[in-house]
Amino acid sequence: MTDPVLQTKGICKSFGALRASRDISIDLLPGEIHAIIGPNGAGKSTLIGQICGTLKPDAGSVELLGQDVTHQTARARSRAGLGRTFQISSLAMEDTVLQNALLGALGANGNPWRFWKDVLKDENLRATAEEALVRVGLEDHARVRTAELSHGQRRQLEVAVALTLRPRALVMDEPMAGMGSEGSKRLTGFLDELRHEAPILLVEHDMDAVFALADRISVLVYGEVIATGTVEEIRADAAVREAYLGEDA
Amino acid sequence: MIRETYVNALTLLALVAIPAWALYADEPFTITLMTRAAIFAIAAIGLNIALGIGGLVSLGHAVFFGIGGYAMGILAHHAQTYTPLAEWPFLIDGTKSMPIIWLVAICLSALAALVIGALSLRTTGVYFIMITLAFGQMFFFFAISWAEYGGEDGLSIYVRNGFPGLNTLAPIQFYGLCLALLFVVLIFAWKLSKSPFGLALNAARQAPMRVETVGLDPMRLKLIAFVISGVITGLAGALFADLNRFVSPTMFSWQLSGEIIIFIILGGVGRLFGPVIGALAFVALEHWLGGLSDYWHIYLGLLLLVVVLFGRGGLIGMLSGREAVHD
Repeated sequence: MTDPVLQTKGICKSFGALRASRDISIDLLPGEIHAIIGPNGAGKSTLIGQICGTLKPDAGSVELLGQDVTHQTARARSRAGLGRTFQISSLAMEDTVLQNALLGALGANGNPWRFWKDVLKDENLRATAEEALVRVGLEDHARVRTAELSHGQRRQLEVAVALTLRPRALVMDEPMAGMGSEGSKRLTGFLDELRHEAPILLVEHDMDAVFALADRISVLVYGEVIATGTVEEIRADAAVREAYLGEDA
Repeated sequence: MIRETYVNALTLLALVAIPAWALYADEPFTITLMTRAAIFAIAAIGLNIALGIGGLVSLGHAVFFGIGGYAMGILAHHAQTYTPLAEWPFLIDGTKSMPIIWLVAICLSALAALVIGALSLRTTGVYFIMITLAFGQMFFFFAISWAEYGGEDGLSIYVRNGFPGLNTLAPIQFYGLCLALLFVVLIFAWKLSKSPFGLALNAARQAPMRVETVGLDPMRLKLIAFVISGVITGLAGALFADLNRFVSPTMFSWQLSGEIIIFIILGGVGRLFGPVIGALAFVALEHWLGGLSDYWHIYLGLLLLVVVLFGRGGLIGMLSGREAVHD
């Protein structure tokens, strides 16, 4: 059996009386897209926070590429190969698309303690950044200010920045949110390819995308994983239908 | 709208042409005013790196200005009284040499900025403003109570310090020296804003989470920016003390910290020439309005209000619009 790239082992997290994560154990295998679905307030963002290192679990552990990273910072996890895209775009809005991609390249293979050379003239950084932009189809927008991008294009840029880091695993928080059906379709096709490069833990509300992409789905309700399985298994699962998908799903 | 490059070129021209005219017309006071503006510009370029690129609104930059000033004052004071600065662990004499004074000012400012930055950067927003203000006040009151170096009265230095090959007492030569340093600092700030560090710092202001996610430390980026910023403002402080041949606790005052911020807001936050234009405008207003009324700050306040309300991006923003995307 192949080892999981990313794994949580029984992580628990409470905010006061609210138990946001209850003994969650999920894993991400090479080459797969593992979708996490669940109603609002199910604890998806809390789970992602703990996986990426912005939140510390009360109990349990997080492993990345076989290493226990539970006590490492978000920064260290990024460097170890964990790529992330945000639910709410967190890009440098005043900067150009290219500059945002360059930031990723700088984090990946450059050192930021250079005060003199023009970053736009750094061939290596630029090659990495431009390659990532080409892959998400933003190469024609390289010189556009990020604030002027459409919502969907910002999502694409989020993915591009994550790609510059050459991640070993990706955590994507609702990459389809706010995208038109056209853009959503394109991104679906792209993620479909991307999984072979880096497996993706995908939190997504767009059920068409989830059912089209996911190899496995985990259903999170009230901080608990109530089911994990293939698309067919999840569709057929009575508890899931009741809790989340609705009877007519 | 005039292109920003032209506005910048015009500013440079003014920095050279006005003193040249003053020299020709024998108006040494104008040269002194221009020197004051150039020095303020250096101080504000320093703060602009922290504030404009890094988003760090420091209301304590007078600390570095004052440290630069006192570095000059103390070293020159010992030199002019022929007393050693320290005898133990080894003998340290005062000096009247500008390069050495600048070096001391730079090192001390860097050290202070490192400590103040490391403590202040644990906070953000209004708390950051308050804690930097608090450090400023600490230095201010320390200087007031430091009787050995003049306390409240400050220190007078009778003869301006020297620079190899120049007669610094000639206003135009001292101005030339300050202008040269202004150019050096401008070029450094320009290069920095386009460098990998500038890119990362700029992003750390706008989206710290993102910077963290690409594996960089936004805190450390901001701390280094704060140190660079403090060093430049400290250098300006040493020049300012030499211009006046006098240093006093007012160099540490929060009003001065506020004025450095005003130069930037007036000229244009985060714009390369913003602090230069702001400092020039401030000194001009101080001179003309100050001649009209003791309460000239009221008019300055009105102007600031107009610039902030209607000219987003300061005077540069009013003249040449938003910053162009560079590629």
